[in-house]
Amino acid sequence: MSKRLSGEIEYVTAWVAGQLFGIPIQRVHDVFEVERITRVPLAPAEISGVLNLRGRVVTALDMRRRLGLPPRESEKKQMAIGIDHDSEGYGLMVDAMGEVLKLSASALDALPINMQREWAAISSGIYRLEDRLMIVLDVDQILNFGKDTLAA
Amino acid sequence: MCGPMEDLLKEFLSETNESLDVVDNELVRFEQEPNNAEILGRIFRLVHTIKGTCGFIGLPRLEALAHAAETVMGKFRDGAPVTADAVSLVLVTIDRLKSILAELEATSAEPTGTDGDLIVQLEQMALDDFAPQPAKEEITIGTLSPQVLERPLRPGEVSLDDLERAFRDTPGPEERQMQKRGDDRRIGERRDTNTNQTLRVSVDTVERLMTMVSELVLTRNQLLEIVRRHSESEFKAPLQRLSNVTAELQEGVMKTRMQPIGNAWAKLPRIVRDLGNELGKEIELEMHGAETELDRQVLDIIRDPLTHMVRNSADHGLETAEERRAAGKPAKGTIRLSAYQESGQIVIEIADDGRGLNLAKIHRRAIEVGLIGEEDRPADTQLYKLIFAPGFSTAEKVTSVSGRGVGMDVVKSNIDQIGGTIDLKSVQGRGSTFSIRIPLTLAIVPALIVASGGERFAVPQVAVVELVHRGSHANLVEEINGALVLRLRETLLPLLSLSQLLKLPTPPDAGSDSFVVVMQVGQSMFGIVVDDVLHTEEIVVKPVSSSLRGIKVLGGNTILGDGSVILILDPNGIAQSIGATREEAKIESFVEKDAANEEDALKTMSLLLFRSGSGSCKAVPLSLVTRLEEIDVKQVEYSSGRPMVQYRGGLMPLIPAGDDAVLARQGKQPLLVFSEGSRSVGLIVDQIVDIVEDRLEIKVASDVPGVIGSAVVNGQAAEIIDVAHYLPLGFADWFDGKTARGAEKPKLLLVDDSAFFRDMLAPVLQAGGYDVMALASAKDALSRIERGARFDFIVTDIDMPELDGFAFAEALRTLSSAAPIIGLSSVINGASILKSKQAGMQGYVAKFDRRGLLHALKDAACELPEAA
Repeated sequence: MSKRLSGEIEYVTAWVAGQLFGIPIQRVHDVFEVERITRVPLAPAEISGVLNLRGRVVTALDMRRRLGLPPRESEKKQMAIGIDHDSEGYGLMVDAMGEVLKLSASALDALPINMQREWAAISSGIYRLEDRLMIVLDVDQILNFGKDTLAA
Repeated sequence: MCGPMEDLLKEFLSETNESLDVVDNELVRFEQEPNNAEILGRIFRLVHTIKGTCGFIGLPRLEALAHAAETVMGKFRDGAPVTADAVSLVLVTIDRLKSILAELEATSAEPTGTDGDLIVQLEQMALDDFAPQPAKEEITIGTLSPQVLERPLRPGEVSLDDLERAFRDTPGPEERQMQKRGDDRRIGERRDTNTNQTLRVSVDTVERLMTMVSELVLTRNQLLEIVRRHSESEFKAPLQRLSNVTAELQEGVMKTRMQPIGNAWAKLPRIVRDLGNELGKEIELEMHGAETELDRQVLDIIRDPLTHMVRNSADHGLETAEERRAAGKPAKGTIRLSAYQESGQIVIEIADDGRGLNLAKIHRRAIEVGLIGEEDRPADTQLYKLIFAPGFSTAEKVTSVSGRGVGMDVVKSNIDQIGGTIDLKSVQGRGSTFSIRIPLTLAIVPALIVASGGERFAVPQVAVVELVHRGSHANLVEEINGALVLRLRETLLPLLSLSQLLKLPTPPDAGSDSFVVVMQVGQSMFGIVVDDVLHTEEIVVKPVSSSLRGIKVLGGNTILGDGSVILILDPNGIAQSIGATREEAKIESFVEKDAANEEDALKTMSLLLFRSGSGSCKAVPLSLVTRLEEIDVKQVEYSSGRPMVQYRGGLMPLIPAGDDAVLARQGKQPLLVFSEGSRSVGLIVDQIVDIVEDRLEIKVASDVPGVIGSAVVNGQAAEIIDVAHYLPLGFADWFDGKTARGAEKPKLLLVDDSAFFRDMLAPVLQAGGYDVMALASAKDALSRIERGARFDFIVTDIDMPELDGFAFAEALRTLSSAAPIIGLSSVINGASILKSKQAGMQGYVAKFDRRGLLHALKDAACELPEAA
């Protein structure tokens, strides 16, 4: 599959619990700092709340929760990656932003088969960077959660 | 789609569809006023334009059809009689045009196929049906026909008439150019030069403008906030100016979203005409206030409900011409649609002068579908409301009109969805009127900002009736077994804590400082307790993202003036979550588990009101009473000091209802008789007041023996008496009589989460000869059975928290319990009966059907003789 892709892809990268993730830059609208967030009662656990991003209400998604990780302890500023999904705005809350990387499409590896199912479900591939691995996230899959678990 | 050709096509499609809708309506009008040359002229021009445009863009199929239709209309213009057949044929042609357009829209290409069938008919109509008729007239009257055709026209060929007309109608060079450019305004301009100039703007553009204006409003608000802090600021004056301009801009953009409600009515004349033909009814559709404007979003939502209701009025509401004449009414029925604005809301009425709602039929149907019990006698207004219940339709025959899978329930839910209400008035033989009230716009609504559990929420003001400060003494908040109620003037208002509903952290002392926001949704009233009421604000409603859409109590979110996002509560959702909208009787229940117990008791039932002794009125569910009797006091005998009366071949003990109730000294003594088998007990009462239909809802539990608690019945406080207390007073062995006769009583397990029902049913079952164990939860019951408890019969409520009746029955099966299971439910319908069978229940009985329950138990005993 990776063979068919050609050229270079730019990724916006971010850190979540020490792991580097990348999202194709075309899907990224914004990168912003989360200042005021409004909790949504009865919402799925993955959703940390809603916030005002330049006059638009954006739903913030806690990537740690989504990846089944413990909550962040750091008091540092909370960053988020703004994406659009079905013309709705979402913000993926991450620990910290990385740089924008330009990577060759052909270098994208398949996911290792022993990767945890929850992670594999929202990832579309992996890059072997020089010093670490970067997991490419599938934005649409990230937002595909809790369909049945919504509080009624 | 992009590129000039696609743009052109897009324009053409929307324009042509609109023109066709106009043609539809004008034709219907024309049929009624065949001599109105103006209408005909308009129709003709529209069809002509369509034909011309089709030819220009290169859509031969549409062009040929439009041409054939135009020819027929040309005949009308030349004086051919306007027959219903001819109009129908043209209307069919228009439908065909529309379906081709629809396909064109979907595939960007004219679908293949021919319309020879229609074209032949149209041509035939133009030649045979029309031509000879005026010709005949011409012979008799002796006028001259200017053009006589010697052979039929071939498709695409132009008649002499047409040619002449084309000459007259052809636009001048200027207009022609505009047509070439595909300008869509020429219709309006040509006909009526003083109509307002309009522009076609895509909805997206308007929506984007709206978003930007909202943002501008927010920024303005922020600036105002900053300037407020600096008293001497040179920004003050320009900011004031900016503020005003912003407000005007906001209003202006809002206005662009407004559309006349007539747009939603556009298709109705045609629909009504066709319906009339189909059903053999003469129907006149009156439309008033079509120019009333409302937000396009609202318009889109009510379009289908309105159409459905008009169909309904035509189909069910109006009688046939014969029936009407027989009833002394004009043969032609009228459906009147009207719209007007009233205090920030739009009121739409759909009235017909038909037969009115058939209450008896609704009643029967309601019993059939299990909405009410056999013995229920709801008030007329309550019956009317039942037609909005899901699955309700009294239409005897499924016509092509009804039975389209949309019922009044869908209508209601659509209207609920936009915070509207629907009401119904009906007079038998005189007609029905539906009134719909909907908000003017959904985009900007006045809202009350409240605080609860440290968060702020917006409550749409349209649902808010009043605010009550909890601390003030006149308004007492009381607690009934954990459920909060507010004594508000004449009523007990169920209260719901917002922080509990939303599972927010509750402050340790909710305190007397809190407020009650009294809300009304449809007919239901309830109060939500909030920590604080902050202010009111016009909010721009934005829908929540799809990942949050499942949360029913949230209606959207908005950005406040200070830039923060807050959530908007949905009054409908809240009402639903407390079970209020299902029927108003249920409003006074709560989401909390404990309180949910009472829920089933809240269905309306017949209650017998009586007086005995001092104190308030007393009440008992009528279904528990076997008979009402009046005996002569002289018949009363005493046996060991206790009053008895000979009754139906036995001695019936008489028990005073309450300590201070005494037998009358002389004359008649009213009695409530409770019987089981051959034994009866008479309850001595002073006076039987009334039988009322009301919800039974214990407000205050009681410690007084013989009284379950107090409830508001028929607007007044009444003590609900505990039958279980009185029956054993008559016969000491009432509950264990059968044992006395040496027979082993069958063991019966009664599971019901509602204490009220346990109290009500246990004595009935005991009196029926069963050894009853009453438990509050299915879990408890299961664990007892697992630990070896044996029962011969199991009677279980269906709607219970945690483990419901069906799940309980299934669990019992896995425990290989052989005891027959009877389900009790307030909802009895086909689906639930089937479900009960699948779950392995032997019977399924309505909750108040005491006799039904005993029968079901007996039947079950017959099936399993070893069990009894």
